[in-house]
Amino acid sequence: MSETLVSLRGVTKSYTRGKETVQVLEALDLEIAAGDFLALMGPSGSGKTTLLNLIGGLDQPSGGEIAVNGERIDRLSSGKLAKWRADHVGFVFQFYNLLPVLSAQRNVELPLLLTKLSASKRKEHAQIALDIVGLKDRAKHKPNELSGGQAQRVAIARALVGDPALLVCDEPTGDLDRKTADEILTLLQELNRSHGKTIIMVTHDPKAAEYATHTLHLDKGRLVESAETAG
Amino acid sequence: MKFFPLIWASLWRKKARTLLTLLSIVVAFLLFGMLQGVNSAINRGVELANVDRLITINKLSLTEPLPISYLNQINAVSGVEGVAYATWFGSYYQEPQQFVFGSPVDPELYLPLVPELQIADESVRKLTQTRTGAVVGQALMAKYDWSVGDRIPIQSSIWTKAADGTSNWEFDIVGTYTVPSDANQEQGFLFNHSYFDEARAFGNGTVGWYLIKVSDPGRAAEVARAVDALFANSSAETKTQSEKEFSQSFIKQFGDINFIVTAILGAVFFTLLFLTGNTMMQSVRERVPELAVLKTLGFSDTTVTVFVVIESLLLCLFAAVLGLGLSSLMFPAMKGVIGQATLPADVVLSGLIAAVLLALVIALIPALRTMRLSIVDALAGR
Ligand SMILES: Nc1ncnc2c1ncn2[C@@H]1O[C@H](COP(=O)(O)OP(=O)(O)OP(=O)(O)O)[C@@H](O)[C@H]1O
Ligand SMILES: [Mg+2]
Repeated sequence: MSETLVSLRGVTKSYTRGKETVQVLEALDLEIAAGDFLALMGPSGSGKTTLLNLIGGLDQPSGGEIAVNGERIDRLSSGKLAKWRADHVGFVFQFYNLLPVLSAQRNVELPLLLTKLSASKRKEHAQIALDIVGLKDRAKHKPNELSGGQAQRVAIARALVGDPALLVCDEPTGDLDRKTADEILTLLQELNRSHGKTIIMVTHDPKAAEYATHTLHLDKGRLVESAETAG
Repeated sequence: MKFFPLIWASLWRKKARTLLTLLSIVVAFLLFGMLQGVNSAINRGVELANVDRLITINKLSLTEPLPISYLNQINAVSGVEGVAYATWFGSYYQEPQQFVFGSPVDPELYLPLVPELQIADESVRKLTQTRTGAVVGQALMAKYDWSVGDRIPIQSSIWTKAADGTSNWEFDIVGTYTVPSDANQEQGFLFNHSYFDEARAFGNGTVGWYLIKVSDPGRAAEVARAVDALFANSSAETKTQSEKEFSQSFIKQFGDINFIVTAILGAVFFTLLFLTGNTMMQSVRERVPELAVLKTLGFSDTTVTVFVVIESLLLCLFAAVLGLGLSSLMFPAMKGVIGQATLPADVVLSGLIAAVLLALVIALIPALRTMRLSIVDALAGR
């Protein structure tokens, strides 16, 4: 069996709004193996984004333990967590979240600004990442000059450029038509299979989940069942 | 500075808005440079005045005369090395706005007391020999394109002549002088008191003020008190002060320039603070999702906050440099009025400091907001 990359133990997350406390995740246990392509499904408000944010180190749990690649991230300070994210996780969002003022090339280079790489190395890495997502010829374009599918490819290139082991994607095809969505999903599958990236993807689309190796269902903050898919 | 392209691009996110903001800051600093420049040029004149010289004026007012008989009495005061007198001639050349700082003096008394005036012995001799002679500062000569030997008509707005009742005076320029230490003082027009006193229709036997050289600058205050005590309870009491105080009170006749400048600039910068502060706040508000993305990618809270502050610094400093640069271009044209052709360095420095302070103040609230910005809330649009 392949080794565990992400492990959650008794993870809870609650938000306090005024006097009211909302329990979003309840005593969650989860293991994700390295090399998995996991689809996370569930009704709106079930806590998918919350869970993804915890695994990606964007937020801290209210209780429980989260370890990624053996490292406990639930106790890290916000500064250490930022550094950890830069080194270990790539993020892809539904609305691409590219910086509109920067070209595709510079958007992809952004995470590398935090490394010690020279300007020419940064450029080289960004070009490789753009090449992987098939957008080498769009390097100079600004996000508003790209189609939705192209913008999402740039976002994936940005997630890849630091060569993280883990990619977390929150509804990456939620804003795309079927055909473009399939292209993006094929790309993610390719990254999982050929580049060995562990991917956790939140989706509402059962067709998208078919690209994953596993699917988890979340309901009211609990994991309800897990199903193996063809992959 | 690998972050520079990112910060620069964010600054110009909305080009028109940034340009307008930039422009309003440029205008404020143009105003700052001009007003403070003029103010500082005037105060500089005040500060350069010599401390070993005192000026005695009529206690009632600068414009009230003093009897010429005081000369010998002041001379007798202990600690006085030399005394001379001068009178405000209130003169102009051709047009009332073409001021001439004319003053009748006794050259033999006056010139030794003002060694900063460099004048050829030949010119001094000619002045004493020529009843209607005048020696003129080099800057004034150049301003009206006069040459030595010219006969110049000068109007006085105060003094009429006994002979014809007019205020049309004529002088023969017999020489020029320079003031290497301060070209501002090359605006004077000195002529013989003896001629002036004989020719004028009224006020004969009086002078405008006395100039006293003290033998020991440390005893200046004591000498000043002794001189004023001499004429206490007389019909013309005196007030003796340093040249610095004298020129300050002279300038104050035109209003408290320092206060006016401070008040105007205060109002301008106060308005600017709200205007620019609001724009900056709006710009950060619009960018909340982008700032959250930077944090997501691993930029720390501090780094992203520093970006916002640098953006503000870039904007304000760039605008300040432009504004001060523009104002320095105005100075050659103002030389005639303030006698200074360049923007003083201390004004440039205080302008840049003001720009940094402005930048920090307007960045304060956006920076706090950026610092506290929570990634998950921002990404969810909360
Ligand atoms: N910061 C917060 N403050 C208060 N409540 C929150 C906060 N974040 C999430 N929630 C609540 O937690 C619940 C789960 O939210 P989450 O965004 O994880 O759902 P989701 O499964 O991703 O839904 P969707 O499919 O609509 O994206 C929701 O009821 C939401 O209102
Ligand atoms: Mg969600």
